Amino acid sequence: MEKFVHLKAIAAPLLRVNIDTDVIIPSREMKGVSKTGLSVGMFANWRYTDVAARAANPEFVLNRAPFDKAQILLTGDNFGCGSSREHAVWAMREWGFWAVIAPSFGAIYYGNCVRNGILPVVLPDEAVRAIAAWVEQAPAMNQVEIDLPTQKVYAAGVVYAFSIGDSDKDMLLEGLDPIGVTLKRDPAIQAFETKDRVMRPWVYINGPA
Amino acid sequence: MGRTLIDKLWDTHVVADLGDGASLLYIDRIFLHERTGSVSLQELKAKGHAVRHKEHVFVTMDHIVDTLPGRGDKTLMPSGTDFITATRATALEAGLNLFDVTDERQGIVHVVSAEQGITLPGFTQVCPDSHTCTLGALGALAWGIGSSEGEHALATKTLAVTKPKSMRIVFNGALGYGVTSKDMILHLIGRYGAAGGSGYAITFTGPAIAALPQENRFTICNMAVEFGAFAGVIPPDETTFEYVKGRSYAPKGAAFDTAVASWRLLNDDADAAYDREIVVDCADIVPTITWGTSPGQTLRIDGAVPNPIDAKDANTRAAMDKALEYMGVAPGQKLEGLAIDAAFIGSCTNSRLSDLRAVAAVVKGRHVSPNLKKAVIVPGSTQVKRAAEREGLHEIFKAAGFEWRESGCSMCFNAGGESMGEKWRVVSSTNRNFENRQGPKTRTHLASPITVAASALIGAIADVRKLG
Ligand code: SF4
Repeated sequence: MEKFVHLKAIAAPLLRVNIDTDVIIPSREMKGVSKTGLSVGMFANWRYTDVAARAANPEFVLNRAPFDKAQILLTGDNFGCGSSREHAVWAMREWGFWAVIAPSFGAIYYGNCVRNGILPVVLPDEAVRAIAAWVEQAPAMNQVEIDLPTQKVYAAGVVYAFSIGDSDKDMLLEGLDPIGVTLKRDPAIQAFETKDRVMRPWVYINGPA
Repeated sequence: MGRTLIDKLWDTHVVADLGDGASLLYIDRIFLHERTGSVSLQELKAKGHAVRHKEHVFVTMDHIVDTLPGRGDKTLMPSGTDFITATRATALEAGLNLFDVTDERQGIVHVVSAEQGITLPGFTQVCPDSHTCTLGALGALAWGIGSSEGEHALATKTLAVTKPKSMRIVFNGALGYGVTSKDMILHLIGRYGAAGGSGYAITFTGPAIAALPQENRFTICNMAVEFGAFAGVIPPDETTFEYVKGRSYAPKGAAFDTAVASWRLLNDDADAAYDREIVVDCADIVPTITWGTSPGQTLRIDGAVPNPIDAKDANTRAAMDKALEYMGVAPGQKLEGLAIDAAFIGSCTNSRLSDLRAVAAVVKGRHVSPNLKKAVIVPGSTQVKRAAEREGLHEIFKAAGFEWRESGCSMCFNAGGESMGEKWRVVSSTNRNFENRQGPKTRTHLASPITVAASALIGAIADVRKLG
């Protein structure tokens, strides 16, 4: 996984609440058993006027220059709610997004972001809207800057602090493989199982009883 | 201070404290399905990791498999067969418990997990599917994850999780005639919003919950994720233990009694404090239906579509405007009496035997409206199907003009195979009314199975209480 430390980039506003993962990557766009080739289907039902023909909808923000080069998404409450499909994050990463700024996120989507090098930033609704208004004034020039080590967003002449869990932050900063990290704790997992087998033997039944 | 049910479930599974409120939690059971199962298993193999405790990992075919009679590996969805065959091959290679297309145990993941006794009270369980929270109704901490976390759970039998805040939702009073557990959860989400439970693990409790049969409890926990919650649990009680008893993977005899003795402790201590508490009076709940494209956009069956002018902020107004346009409804409009194109009964929310019995009681001796282009009933599992057929329910459904399908997710979501028609208005017993969820531009109204049944008979959105 690539590391996330610092980013200064064009931010695209898509200010609507409850944008779900079916919208981010519709079921029909998940055609193969693979993590790649998904970006063309990202926001397909909003992005294209004719999905099958891939006819771009000129109204949709990500089809408008310079937002087509955006690496940050500014959006509304509960972004990424709904289906657990990690394809939503894979598609966004492949398209070019490195960060999403929203007042709140769907919990599973949030975790999926962290595991794929996308930084989810939680800022209050007013802050997101203020940043969006500033970006709209001059999208190419008014770029949003995010610094993960200090947990700060710089935009519209304001410094916004955000919080993130320590383990999520470390994973993003170091680009760590979480499985490798956990397997270093194998003795603790084994010790748990030894104790747990006595407490809850029914967990360790193998097959139909 | 006393501990909550959620604290107890959490504490029992802590392998290591990771600091900052996060723990490495032991995961008792993992379920996979053909939509994403093969991706996780292939990635795991490519990274050189083995599945730890393969006997605790289960795989079913539900998301993409067809539900038409006589189905096999072939699907209407282009490339759908690849998902099925790749999942089968990787599951068999890894030595996992596979409920294949023609297996008698096949069905929708969250339906079969309970039905087979795979999820037990006090368990932690994960699945790369957001409605895994359904199983919280057994007193288990169960939640949906992405594929990467799925790989992590498979390889390590653990997940690093930050402990969510806790919320207790107490349902007081009793349900009125024609009101179901589906209406309880739709009412809740409608009142507090689709993000109302965001950041929380929820305990659903109170007299109205305790009075619910086990199968109807699953419907409540199923939609915890539509409320934005991490998970939803119901304290296990005699109803739960009776449900679990004798199921295939549940402990038997003295081992069962020992387990029950420990499960009885899975409840809130008297002085346990939650971060937030909500009390709902069931006397306020009537049959409830969604008008928009978020499960929070709900209405009383006799209510009128709200006006975006009254929205609490600009982003909410933007979402309402979009929903009104998409759904083809107008502010102030009543939904009752609005003509529909199709009716769907199924999904992990409402497809169990009790749901089908309730639907049969409504439609018996009647016929769906000739205006309907489609009326479909899909049992939640092959076992539900067999049980319904033993009771002759399928004959009632067919005589009433419903299609009777094989078990699976079917038209709960449109994977590119069979779907509802473009812009069709569908009343559905499922859990998501998102744009395009059931087909291209399909307009989904979520409701209880009996509201769907009544609407199918009338050919328009109907109040089941008026059917007589
Ligand atoms: S029935 Fe619908 S909600 Fe349930 S697991 Fe299947 S697709 Fe998901």
